[in-house]
Amino acid sequence: MKSNDCSLEQTIPSIMVTDEKIDFRQYLSSAELTAIEQEVSIMATREAAGIEALKVVQQHRGWISDESLIAIAQCLHISSAQLEGVATFYNLIYRQKVGHYVIHLCDSISCHLTGYDEILEIIKQHLSIDYGQTTVDGQFTLLSNVCLGSCDKSPAMMINSTHYHSLTAESVIAILNGLSQNVEQAP
Amino acid sequence: MMDNNWLEAALTQALTKPLTHWINLEQPLDFNNYIKAGGYMGAIKALKEFTPREVLTIVSDSGLKGRGGAGFPTGMKWSCVPALQKKLPLNQDTSTQESSYLICNADEMEPGTFKDRYLLEGVPHQLIEAMIIASYTISANKAYIFLRGEYVLAAKRLQQAIDQAYKNNWLGENIQGTDYQLDLYLHTSAGRYICGEETALINALEGKRAIPRAKPPFPQVSGLFGKPTVVNNVETLSNLPHILKHGSAWFKSLSPDSDAGTKLYAACGQVKNPGVWELPMGVTIRTLLYEYAGGMSDGMKLKGLLPGGASTDFLTEQHLDTPMDFDSISKAGSRLGTGGLIVLGDQHCPVAMVLNLLRFFAQESCGWCTPCRDGTPWVVEILTRIEQGKANHEDIAQLHELCDFMWLGKTHCALAPGAVEPLKSALHYFKEDFEQHIEQGCCPYDSSSSEGKEVSHDE
Ligand SMILES: Cc1cc2nc3c(=O)[nH]c(=O)nc-3n(C[C@H](O)[C@H](O)[C@H](O)COP(=O)(O)O)c2cc1C
Ligand code: SF4
Ligand code: FES
Repeated sequence: MKSNDCSLEQTIPSIMVTDEKIDFRQYLSSAELTAIEQEVSIMATREAAGIEALKVVQQHRGWISDESLIAIAQCLHISSAQLEGVATFYNLIYRQKVGHYVIHLCDSISCHLTGYDEILEIIKQHLSIDYGQTTVDGQFTLLSNVCLGSCDKSPAMMINSTHYHSLTAESVIAILNGLSQNVEQAP
Repeated sequence: MMDNNWLEAALTQALTKPLTHWINLEQPLDFNNYIKAGGYMGAIKALKEFTPREVLTIVSDSGLKGRGGAGFPTGMKWSCVPALQKKLPLNQDTSTQESSYLICNADEMEPGTFKDRYLLEGVPHQLIEAMIIASYTISANKAYIFLRGEYVLAAKRLQQAIDQAYKNNWLGENIQGTDYQLDLYLHTSAGRYICGEETALINALEGKRAIPRAKPPFPQVSGLFGKPTVVNNVETLSNLPHILKHGSAWFKSLSPDSDAGTKLYAACGQVKNPGVWELPMGVTIRTLLYEYAGGMSDGMKLKGLLPGGASTDFLTEQHLDTPMDFDSISKAGSRLGTGGLIVLGDQHCPVAMVLNLLRFFAQESCGWCTPCRDGTPWVVEILTRIEQGKANHEDIAQLHELCDFMWLGKTHCALAPGAVEPLKSALHYFKEDFEQHIEQGCCPYDSSSSEGKEVSHDE
């Protein structure tokens, strides 16, 4: 443990993002602001729109950076610490940059009983990444997910917001190849 | 002639499979077709013929129990709402009382549970109709559907149905010419099991970190934004239009020898034909497993099963003739939970299965209370060593002790006791399997045991 005593110093980045450096009115786009205000209008308090606001910004930017977090917190009149407590609590809010496609592979019980590990191995090998990692080309991120509610058609996964089920070694590779072609063809 | 047969069959279906006979997963009934099929008749009856207290009486008499896991009588839950508590004459309108909230719990993240998804994707208007009835009864003018974030298709279909209901004056002000007003909102969550616990769900809806709240006060008294709040499961609510339409006696008659109504039963895991079926309450596990789920997957025998989701106790061969209702399954030593069987065959390692379940609970523990935050990962650590053949008999004693530390009354919410259920029952029924791992220093099932990757294969 001794050797870790100074680790705190090392992990504090030299340039910290602070509240003062961000003005949410400039940082967030008008589309983002409108969507957030729409969510706020149906809740009894601004704070209650936290998850929705995070989702709005994530939809526009792919993930929630420290800057985004601060901007959203300002917009909702809550502390960024409070919003961070919410953001980090959830699986579907990404606090790190993710790939174009985020693979959520179900690792819960029915999938465990029906061949999840084989599918996991295939994805890992095919993309050369482990859980929590993104391919070098930025195309795919691999994450685990709790039961996706497709237990009658397990193993299952969700990529972005599309569900896939009854996965086999062949089908999973075909799905991944199909998606990477989409990315390549995009302008 | 043909037409009559068809009609008769359709009517029988409507009367015996009320929850599912309208389901269409490809293309759910839109507003007009739902109306044509007889939809919103339960809601119109509630709004125009009965006072909230009268609806409460009908629902209480029907014997409907919650389908979210705990099986609490719905009428009794509602009756704790202050607006329904005041001793008013039965025919007096309660709409001037303090407003409450209704929340539909559509979080459905319990592993091995997928029944609500069928209702959400297959017949969204049924849920909206049900929520109008429930909201009217508890004097709520605002209601929320709390939907798990991964149910993207359900979100799309529900929002469409909500919009159609607004357009057709089934939501909003002066619903169908009455003075009742209801606004219904869809909230999509972002992936955390604890949000299904009703008080954590309320914190999540308020934009707070989703930690369960202390009870009392119960949500019916002080819930969302401090107001009286009722949280009900999707399936529980979906029964209401039919109870209103056909009456409480009919609802009870659906399953004369058991808890009232039908139930969405399910089966998954190592069975031939996994799926969901609406059946009268109280079918036996045997019927469900062998007639509906097609029996065990090829070449497998039954080792054990969880009768109602990941947080229920294992049952085995000897329990096959137990009826799947709340009391009978409890007497057998487990819980009906969500009514979905998770089935384990004899060629898959039960320790690996329990390890998978406990990893889930350790990951999803919200971290608020020590027994669960520390206990669940500790269990995972021990189970991992057992599965790898690196444990000793004291580890098993330790597991028993941990089961005790995390049991009901010792934790802040029911997540940890739920994790104990499969663990403790596995230690009981699969004792020999646990011991073999220790004595042989490896997993006796090896190839089929997924989590035992690091087991040494020295022969
Ligand atoms: C950890 C945990 C997770 C839960 N998840 C759900 C869920 O996803 N859906 C649900 O309806 N109930 C869930 N429940 C049960 C709810 O707390 C609550 O009892 C239920 O929604 C009440 O509805 P009912 O009376 O209609 O059954 C969960 C409970 C716990 C302790
Ligand atoms: S039992 Fe677990 S999930 Fe429930 S409050 Fe305690 S730590 Fe959180
Ligand atoms: S366990 Fe994988 S979808 Fe339910």
